[in-house]
Order: sequence, then structure tokens, then C-alpha cells
Amino acid sequence: MSAAIRIQQVSKSFGNVQALDRVDLEIQPGEFFGLLGPNGAGKTTLISALAGLVRPDAGSLRVMGHDVQADYRAARRLLGVVPQELVFDPFFTVRESLKIQSGYFGIGDNESWIDEILENLGLTTKANANMRMLSGGMKRRVLVAQALVHRPPVIVLDEPTAGVDVELRQTLWHFIRRLNEAGHTIVLTTHYLEEAENLCTRIAMLKAGRVVALDTTANLLRRFSVHSLRLRTDGAMPASLTRGAAENGGWWSFPFDSFDEVEPLLASIRAAGCGIGDLEIGKPDLEEVFVRVMQGQQEGRAS
Amino acid sequence: MSYGGFSTLLYKEVLRFWKVASQTVAAPVLTALLYLLIFSHVLEGHVKVHGVAYTAFLIPGLVMMSVLQNAFANSSSSLIQSKVTGNIVFILLPPISYLEFFAAYVLASVVRGFVVGTGVLLATFWFAPLTFAEPVWILVFALMGGAILGSLGVIAGIWADKFDQLAAFQNFLIMPLTFLSGVFYSINSLPPFWQRVSHWNPVFYMIDGFRHGFFGVSDASPWLSLSVVGACLALLTAFTLNLLKRGYKLRA
Repeated sequence: MSAAIRIQQVSKSFGNVQALDRVDLEIQPGEFFGLLGPNGAGKTTLISALAGLVRPDAGSLRVMGHDVQADYRAARRLLGVVPQELVFDPFFTVRESLKIQSGYFGIGDNESWIDEILENLGLTTKANANMRMLSGGMKRRVLVAQALVHRPPVIVLDEPTAGVDVELRQTLWHFIRRLNEAGHTIVLTTHYLEEAENLCTRIAMLKAGRVVALDTTANLLRRFSVHSLRLRTDGAMPASLTRGAAENGGWWSFPFDSFDEVEPLLASIRAAGCGIGDLEIGKPDLEEVFVRVMQGQQEGRAS
Repeated sequence: MSYGGFSTLLYKEVLRFWKVASQTVAAPVLTALLYLLIFSHVLEGHVKVHGVAYTAFLIPGLVMMSVLQNAFANSSSSLIQSKVTGNIVFILLPPISYLEFFAAYVLASVVRGFVVGTGVLLATFWFAPLTFAEPVWILVFALMGGAILGSLGVIAGIWADKFDQLAAFQNFLIMPLTFLSGVFYSINSLPPFWQRVSHWNPVFYMIDGFRHGFFGVSDASPWLSLSVVGACLALLTAFTLNLLKRGYKLRA
């Protein structure tokens, strides 16, 4: 079975800016994949190249085995893209927009599927409203709906939750998760790293057009991030103890690899005569991984 | 309705202008009617062209001018709006070929031209006795002229990044070409220099050939006009298809 997405040695520059630099990426069918990186890292360019909106200078991109240039009809039928910009056609209602979008894919009898999408995205009551009359969040839902009308096995969402409220985020992820469980491959870009951590099973990080990290979410967390013991003491912390620790707003943070290290650490703090005012265990998070990867740091202590 | 990229895009483009028909159909019909009232008031009784009363002569010119200007307006304004607002992405993401893209936009332009042209004809034919001597020419030139201007509209809509660039294209190219093409007069009434200049204006042949269909007489032979207009259509089609195939300003 061919990969859902196969990107090989893709480069693209705009003038002097190297937006993509020999990117290689393979995403398997059924994956929930995260594409992370700071603004300008090349995420949207990569998605645009996959969608045929941008023509790469070199390399090839395939969707379910179909080249996005040479075999663009098959590739585009298999791909649903939710663009980042909040765009809409002000001439039409929600339902008209979805029917027209279906027609572009050669689909004419998907009324029940459209109803199902509307229902799942909480758009049923807005079906006959003109696009102009919808709030930003509602327009965002329609964008998602438009990407799904042709039931694409591969769905790419480019920052779908940028600036949307909690309710929509939950509705959206609930629906996208269900699609993923039903076998759809999902590729997601987001700046909300917590979202990526919770949803994505595998993650690629892009920086200046290059893939700088690519692994399962669990592995990334393990490799780049560590647990930490965070505490506040009554007295001043003796310097002998604070090596390797960081202080922030009265809280000391001690990184550790194994829970076995916690007890001796607490014992030595007590022995130094400090009373512990407050205490918590910090778990590894993607934000820390992200910061480390972007700063070009090597893997965390744990390795 | 058969479904597919082409037919849906055509349907969408027609629906788009039809939803704002007061701007896209009624307004140009009214404009043409005003031209007719003013010019026929001033010139009727003073001028006869090819033995045809001036008002009757003017009507086909106004009809064709409306066909051409509205065909241009349809594709150009639709494309620039889609580009500026970003919703062009809805057309670029699906499996629509550049040929389908071209055919749908140009044909929708022709439809708009025909709808407005018919409107102008219905609004004006009361004012003068009109004949339909060779109606095939009427259809042929309306179709080809609409397609040429629809194609020019595609070029302008894709080339322009802003509305004022499109307005410049319209004001400095399309308007002079259509106004200086014999809509309001026979070029035989012009001084020799301007007659020669007019013979280089392809729009002159569109209007002259179209008018031939009504009266059976014209400044140039309809076959010459057909050749010129056909050549223009072929050239513009090839040029526009090339732009679209390369993804000029649409696919980076």
C-alpha cells in the first residue's frame, strides 16, 4: 500500500527566500500527523505544494501514490485541504457553497453527506444563510466542510483553530478524530502545541524550510523533554543544590530522568534546612521540545 | 445537469452574475437605452447610413457593444474578486484542468453578453424598424465577439493584482476599442486617416459583421470580418490557454 503522502527532496524558493529545502516526509494511511514550526518555517508552502497551489523547484510530492503534478486529477480527488486564510465566496449560501464545491470534484448526489458534515460541524441551522452573514468561527467551519465534500482519504488542516473559540475547537477535534478513526489520514499544522501533543501520533518540525525533527510524539517527548520537580522553599536554597536547576518567580525547577531521583533530592533539601512551601511534578511537554528543537539544542538529558 | 468541474464552474459563474442582475444586467441595459435616446434624438433625420435610418443603424451597434463590454466585465471582475478575497483557492484545489477553467469562464462571459445583449435589443427595438436580414451572422459575431472579450477578461483578471489595475485595462484598452469601432457611426463617414486606423481595430469587424446580420449591408465584407475576428479569437485563446497552463499568477 502506498504512503498517504510521500514528499521527496522538495525544494522551493521565492526570490531569495528558501521556503523549502530538500524536504523528505512520508506519512502513512491512517496517521494523525502534526506539522509544526514557527511562522515562515515553510509549513503552508509545503501544504500548498501538496495541493498543487505552489509548484516546487525540485522534488516530487505524491498523495496515495499519485504525483500531484503529473497525475493531479487523482491526487486532488484524494486530498482535502482546509486553507489557513478565512476565505469565502460572498455570493452564495453555505449549502450552495458546498454543492458547488462538490460539483468541482464531479460529485452531484451527495446531499446526505453534506447534511452529515453540516450536522457534525454544527452548521445545520446556517445551511441557507449567506456566507457574508456568518461569524468568523462559522466561516471557519464552512471551510472545513468544503474540504470534506468529496470524502478525501487524506485531510490537511492548516491552522484550523487559529483564533477560534473553545466550542468550535472541541466540535472540530471531535469530528476530525472520528474521521481519523474511520481511516482518514489527518495532517495538521497548529501553533497550539498542546493540541498537537494530544492529537498527533507523529510530528515533524520544520525550521527555515528544513525538517529538523521527525518522530512519534511519545519519542519526541522522551528524547527532548524531561520530568521536573518544581518546588518553593521557605528559606534560601543553598548553592550546592541548585546546580542544574532553574529558578523562576520563586519556584525552583529540578529536571530528573527517573522518579528514583526525587526522594534523595527532597532529602538533601530538607537536610539543608529549607522547608518546602509548595511542590509539583512537571511532565514533559511539546512546548519544551519545540523550543529546544528550534534553538538547535541536542536531545535532552534523558538520552 | 451533468456534473463535473467545467459544468459546475460554468453554472457557478452564471449564478454569480445572475444573483446581482440589477448591477450586471439591468444597469448596462439602461446605459444602452440612454445612449439610444440621446444619440437618436440628436441625429435621427440628419444621418442615414447605408440607406438605413440612424436609430435603426445604432441599435445593433449598441447591442454588440453591450455584449462585448459585459463579456469582458464578467470574467475579469469575477477573477479579480476571487483573487483579492482569496476564494480562488476553491477553484484551484479541485481537479479542474486549465482547459475546463478557460472554457467555463469564457462561456459564462458569453452567456452574460447574450443576456445583456438580448436585454438591450428588447429595450430598444421599439424605437426603429429593425430587420434581421442574415441572422446567422448575428449569432456568429455575438458568439465570437463575446468569447474574445471573455478571454481578454480572463487575461486581465489574472494579470491584475488590484482593482485599479483592472480599471486601467478597462478604461485604456477595452473602452477606446469598443467606442472607436463604429458603434455610433459608419467608418466610411470618417476622414481617410481614421478609416485606416479603424481597420486595425478588431472590434470594428465584430460590430460591422454583427450589424451585417441585421441589414445585409456593412462597411466591410462579413467574410473579411469573420476572418479577422476568427484569427483574433484563435490568437487570444492560444495566449490565454498558455497563461493558464503555466499557472501564471495563479499557481506560484
